[in-house]
Amino acid sequence: MRVVTLLAALICALSAWISLAQAFEIEAEATYGNASASERLKIISTADIDLFAPVIEAFAGTDAGLAVDYTVVSSSELMRAIYDGGGPYDLAISSAMDLQTKLSNDGLTRAHGSAATDLVPGWAAWRGHVYAFSQEPAALVISPSAFDGLEVPRTRQELITLLRDHADRFRGRVATYDIAASGLGYLFATQDARASETYWRLTEVMGNLETRLYCCSGQMIEKVSTGEIAVAYNVLGSYARARTDLADRIQVIELADYTTMMLRTAAILRDAQNPDRAGAFLDHLIRAAWGPEEVPYYPFTRYPAETTHDNVTYRPIRLGPGLLVYLDAMKRSRFLYSWQDAMRSVP
Amino acid sequence: MTAPEQASGSIRRRLIIQLVAAAAVLTAALFVVVINLARNVAQDTQDSILMASVTSILDSLSAREGEIAVDIPYAALSMLGNVSEDRVFYRILADGTVLTGYGDLPDIDQLSLGRDGAYQTDDFAGEAIRMASAQRQLSVDGAPVLVTVSVAQTRAGQRETVAQIARLGMLIGSAFFLASVVFAIVTARRAVRPLRDLAGAVSRRGPKDLRPVRGPVPSEMAPLVTSLNGFIARLGFSLSRSEDFIAEAAHRVRTPLSTVRTQAEIALRRVEKPENRAALKEMIRAIDESSRAAGQLLDHAMVTFRADQLERTDVDIAALASDLVDRLGPVADLRDISIEMDAKNGPVVSGDAILIENALRNVLDNAIKYSPTDCEIQVSVEAQDREARITVRDHAGGFPPGIMSMTDRFSRGTNAEGTVGSGLGLTIAHEVMEAHGGRLSLQNMGDGACVSLHFLLP
Repeated sequence: MRVVTLLAALICALSAWISLAQAFEIEAEATYGNASASERLKIISTADIDLFAPVIEAFAGTDAGLAVDYTVVSSSELMRAIYDGGGPYDLAISSAMDLQTKLSNDGLTRAHGSAATDLVPGWAAWRGHVYAFSQEPAALVISPSAFDGLEVPRTRQELITLLRDHADRFRGRVATYDIAASGLGYLFATQDARASETYWRLTEVMGNLETRLYCCSGQMIEKVSTGEIAVAYNVLGSYARARTDLADRIQVIELADYTTMMLRTAAILRDAQNPDRAGAFLDHLIRAAWGPEEVPYYPFTRYPAETTHDNVTYRPIRLGPGLLVYLDAMKRSRFLYSWQDAMRSVP
Repeated sequence: MTAPEQASGSIRRRLIIQLVAAAAVLTAALFVVVINLARNVAQDTQDSILMASVTSILDSLSAREGEIAVDIPYAALSMLGNVSEDRVFYRILADGTVLTGYGDLPDIDQLSLGRDGAYQTDDFAGEAIRMASAQRQLSVDGAPVLVTVSVAQTRAGQRETVAQIARLGMLIGSAFFLASVVFAIVTARRAVRPLRDLAGAVSRRGPKDLRPVRGPVPSEMAPLVTSLNGFIARLGFSLSRSEDFIAEAAHRVRTPLSTVRTQAEIALRRVEKPENRAALKEMIRAIDESSRAAGQLLDHAMVTFRADQLERTDVDIAALASDLVDRLGPVADLRDISIEMDAKNGPVVSGDAILIENALRNVLDNAIKYSPTDCEIQVSVEAQDREARITVRDHAGGFPPGIMSMTDRFSRGTNAEGTVGSGLGLTIAHEVMEAHGGRLSLQNMGDGACVSLHFLLP
């Protein structure tokens, strides 16, 4: 009995040590600029290194006395890293707008203001803490070969009609996010549900066609490019466009009834060791995104900052406490239940 | 204008200070009221939005399969984001246990939690928050469960609103205050203007202007003007009475004096003892002096009377001066004094011939009186540059410095200080010239005095 207790205590201590040492899962790491420099700017981010390297290099290249440590994690791991104090990071960059909002709402970020932040439109910033530096559409990605002879849908209604009318052709060849596994997929789904009742009908139609669920946009883009998947819904358009190597095998469509725009955001962390450099890098991002001149290292498509007659279909997700609603555990489980219910629906 | 003897403060300054002080107090009070109002309104606004959020969450609660289902509406929290960019917290309790949300939000003050919910200000996550809470009974499997929903928000937006209103209030208050200061200065100036106008009207008057003050004055000043006019009337009456009295006295003294002089001359012829003769001569001289003084007093009374109602005719002053020189010639001859008359041309002035003659006579009289024997007096009449001038020049040693410096010493009331003989004569000449709109000038030249009567030609 005593031995068991001791063993249990040992296991507990061991597991605690392990979790302390590796509180969160790192996907990739890289250092830019002068790697041996004593001054370091530590960025934790959900953005792929390949996508983001040019913009960091443009910043790190300006100062030989600075090293930029760039750590890529998933959005949920990013939250864990910051909430558990897993690493002394200066700047958090994430596509999970809801989590970034929660981070700021819980007081883990600090305010930043400069001449550059004045460039940011009001709807693309929150509390002077969280600043958006991209607009990325939730797009429809299709395989042109699979659509041979069919008209490409321009709205969700047309997509529903198309999938219904050609159920046999599309059965098993429709893809979307597994919103239980992907934070971004969940964010897109909740925004869709808020935007239109059509979304639930679309979900049911997709459920009938044995839609395959993926964790990430990258996988869906790959599958579409091979023709295994004919149509993928709510894929991150910026990633699809970045795959210039697949340009002739995929087609990116921004639906005309509305297109949800995800805003990638950055916030300086409350416990930042180097807040000045973090602010400078944030300004660098903001100028690239909203500044008057387009810069070559900016990895995203620039969309207009103002809503005009031509771009009314773009609906940027609004930063603010509204996003906290879908993070509520009970709300989330309820939404997931409804969604999975719709996806499971049997003809 | 001379400074008042004892100025006990200024009405204008007192008015300005009182008005400005009142404006300052009012401005400060207004500012405080506005700030409090702004604070209350901002607080009420935040409270009502928080409670709207709480209510919408409460409405979304339902009991399902033996459990409480919570489906927070998107608007419940996003509406808070519409008002300000404040941090938002919420908590849902079922019978005291946390269902969802920020479990470590402050405890609710149960006493104040009535049917309409409760509000409280507290500290959470290092910031001041405002929290609204309300309750609802749900029936779960037939058993009542009390669900409490709280929604809280930090107060930066509210503070910013109040600060903005405070800045605006400060701006408006300052403008209001500045306007009040300007207004106070203008008002005070206006209020004392009738007083200054009255003072100006009185002080601009000539020395003999004893007319009552006319013209409209504010009712507050009417008693002052009435008593001032009463005073002026009494002063005028008493002045004219004393002048009458002096003239009467001089007249009454002169007639017996001439009798006494005649008797003295008769006595002089009879007396032979040299010491008696000397005494009589001295007596006659004293009688002459008294007679002359009485004559001057009479002249002065006459001048005062006539100057008020000047009878203007065209007067040839050269002819007038020649006549006078001829008439005074014998008197001068007695002392071996010759008077030379030099009239270059005959200027004609508009004036009272009797007064002008009187003035010139007094001046000549003085010259003769003070000149030593066996010398000359020059009288000249000339006109040049719109001015006619009669100048009397003697060789009597000139004026003592005291008289020289002041012509205004001849004015009424102060002439008693001067030498009676020449002072009164010059006063008469001065008053005559003043009544004619001219002037009298005194100068010392060489070994004598030079007195000029200046007339303005039309």
